[in-house]
Amino acid sequence: MIRQIRPAILMIIVMTVITGLVYPLGMTGLAQLIFPHQANGSLIEKDGKVIGSSLIGQNFTSDKYFHPRPSATTEPDPKDPTKTIPSPYAADNSTGSNLGPTNQALIDRVKADAAKLAKENPGSPIPVDLITTSGSGLDPDITPAAAMFQVPRVAKARHLDADKLRALIDAQTHAPLLGILGEARVNVLELNLALDGVK
Amino acid sequence: MTATGWIEIALFSVIIIALTRPLGGYMTRVFAGERTFLWPVLRPVERAVYWCCGIDEKEEQHWLTYAVAILFFSVAGFVTLYALQRLQWYLPFNPQGQTGVAPDLAMNTSVSFITNTNWQAYGGETTMGYLVQMAGLTVHNFVSAATGIAMALALIRGFVRREARTVGNFWVDLTRCTLYILLPISVVGALVLIWLGIPQNLGGYTEATTLEGAKQLIAQGPVASQEIIKELGTNGGGFFNANSAHPFENPNAVTNLIEMVAIFSIGAGLTNVLGRMVKDERQGWAIFAAMGLLFLAGVAVCYNSEAQANPALAAFHVDSAPSAAQAGGNMEGKEVRFGPALSALWATVTTDTSCGAVNSMHDSYLPIGGMVPMVNMMLGEVIFGGVGSGLYGILAFAIVAMFVAGLMVGRTPEYLGKKLEAKEVKMTILALLSLPLSILGWTALATILSAGLGGIANAGPHGFSEILYAYTEGTANNGSAFAGLSANTLFYNTTIAAAMLIGRFIFVIPMLAVAGSLAQKKLLPPSAGTFPTHSPQFVGLLVGVILIIGGLTYFPAVALGPVTEQVAMNQGKLYAGP
Repeated sequence: MIRQIRPAILMIIVMTVITGLVYPLGMTGLAQLIFPHQANGSLIEKDGKVIGSSLIGQNFTSDKYFHPRPSATTEPDPKDPTKTIPSPYAADNSTGSNLGPTNQALIDRVKADAAKLAKENPGSPIPVDLITTSGSGLDPDITPAAAMFQVPRVAKARHLDADKLRALIDAQTHAPLLGILGEARVNVLELNLALDGVK
Repeated sequence: MTATGWIEIALFSVIIIALTRPLGGYMTRVFAGERTFLWPVLRPVERAVYWCCGIDEKEEQHWLTYAVAILFFSVAGFVTLYALQRLQWYLPFNPQGQTGVAPDLAMNTSVSFITNTNWQAYGGETTMGYLVQMAGLTVHNFVSAATGIAMALALIRGFVRREARTVGNFWVDLTRCTLYILLPISVVGALVLIWLGIPQNLGGYTEATTLEGAKQLIAQGPVASQEIIKELGTNGGGFFNANSAHPFENPNAVTNLIEMVAIFSIGAGLTNVLGRMVKDERQGWAIFAAMGLLFLAGVAVCYNSEAQANPALAAFHVDSAPSAAQAGGNMEGKEVRFGPALSALWATVTTDTSCGAVNSMHDSYLPIGGMVPMVNMMLGEVIFGGVGSGLYGILAFAIVAMFVAGLMVGRTPEYLGKKLEAKEVKMTILALLSLPLSILGWTALATILSAGLGGIANAGPHGFSEILYAYTEGTANNGSAFAGLSANTLFYNTTIAAAMLIGRFIFVIPMLAVAGSLAQKKLLPPSAGTFPTHSPQFVGLLVGVILIIGGLTYFPAVALGPVTEQVAMNQGKLYAGP
């Protein structure tokens, strides 16, 4: 029995070397060689500056841009580091709201957001993803329905024809792979980049 | 629910069925030490490992030695992982300068990873440097998975061997499983995941200036190499706090499919290993069928629930109906790219097994939807199950099922040619009883102590569900969460760690005793009176026993949590504050 102690200690060291150093470092080397763009976070650059990642959602608040979903991410309160304050799309602290379906706080949040959204597109039903937070708080996508819902606001702010925006959304919509895998989605950052190019 | 959703579920099921036999065949050859196509590359490595560790690969172990080897290995793993976390400030590969992890959190995380639970009381990107992620967490993703598979192998050998005193050599099983199965699949899988968008770098976090001019700090790291083994070894501890809901861990529906297949494949393949080792593959398929039925039932209930709207949202003119432009359903805590179908499928897959990775937040599921993951774990995670642990778990239920069948006809039960006598049945019951004792015992304790109640984030029955879920996943070594629970406290870090240890070791030691006891027995040729264990009747009996034991044990607790909440939700009741 006691004879098993020595292999136990040696085995954890050997396995740490193989699976904890050689494997991840080797994969990192390979990845940097073959797929450098993906391996470094699918970053998007504009004029030589990183403006974000195509995979990570970022916050938009201006009327001139399409908005992402609400996000539950937080950051430490600068006044009191033991507390946190809301900080949507904080990509160094992913989290969902974890509010249960019967939680008053969830319904209060939805109520407040719904009131705001109703003003920008009166009378239209609000697509559910536009009023719920994602699991990561970093969802880069909205549904085509949520993009269409925002057309009147963006069209007004940019003095653009609504039909032009609808065509842009259609062009930016990623259909499910082979028609069956995943859900139809619009990447908000890519949509807004394309939007900046529309005259 | 949509047709596309069901097609996705069917596609996933077909892939698993198709993989089971080839993977089972390969694993059987590896465990028997036979030559496989990777032999020329990996055999020298295997021999070097034995040489370094002073292991004689021909030496066989008694079940007790095998169990002791597992325990010592787990202790050694615990110590190194604890030390790495505490000392990470002084070690390399820490560009974000993460400080040493607090003692109770480091203890909880170490227990969590050596038991293959991979519960995250920590937030990955805010707590762990890259060295801990690689040389700590990734290592245990491999070896705790290989340990689980080794334990299942020992039990299978108990059924296969006749009048033998030994059940194999733990060190050899561990090494072969890691080198020939987990590592090659991870290398290929990680490369594919990187191609599909998952980062793999050692740089610091990237600062971006958004289109609106705000600053965004984007956490990165060696994600892909950990992501694949996290799923393949049914580990589930995420690189990031949001786990596989995070776009860098799971950027699209294809990575989602690959990761789900990785979670189920070894568990499914092991049923075939069982069949091949007992020289009757039908025995493996019977177990597979029982698992498959329970899986489909779970995914149907969960998907049906999550495709519904939260009734409280209707008052605000919210459109939750599926259409061409949206999938609809309960989207709180879900990602647009997955929608309700792939979220519910993942939630079922991750809790049928002991994985516990999440691609949506279970805490925000509608009550019945959130009940499915909980019940999957309460049933003992035997629906394909954790790698290895699922198989020895369902074999425990199979022993009970045959015992019940034997009682009905008044005959000594047999399973796979071995007589099941008082010792085996007692040990199996002991193992099975350890789970509810831990789940219900700790839950009861937490609900009467202020230290326990202080952690809940949602009031009312949902708060009870959060506590129940935490001890269920801990005991079941799952690691998924109703993540609203503030579990990074001294009370929860300690008690959940205890639950994880009970679920892993108090369960497996009696099962290894069963293995040792069975190995000593003669193999009985089947007679006219033998209950055929490859028949549909057996599948029905096994499913029935699992559901009856689970139902009798957990119904009251489940009624207090999700069932009560569902009724309350339908009546429009809301709960304020915690």
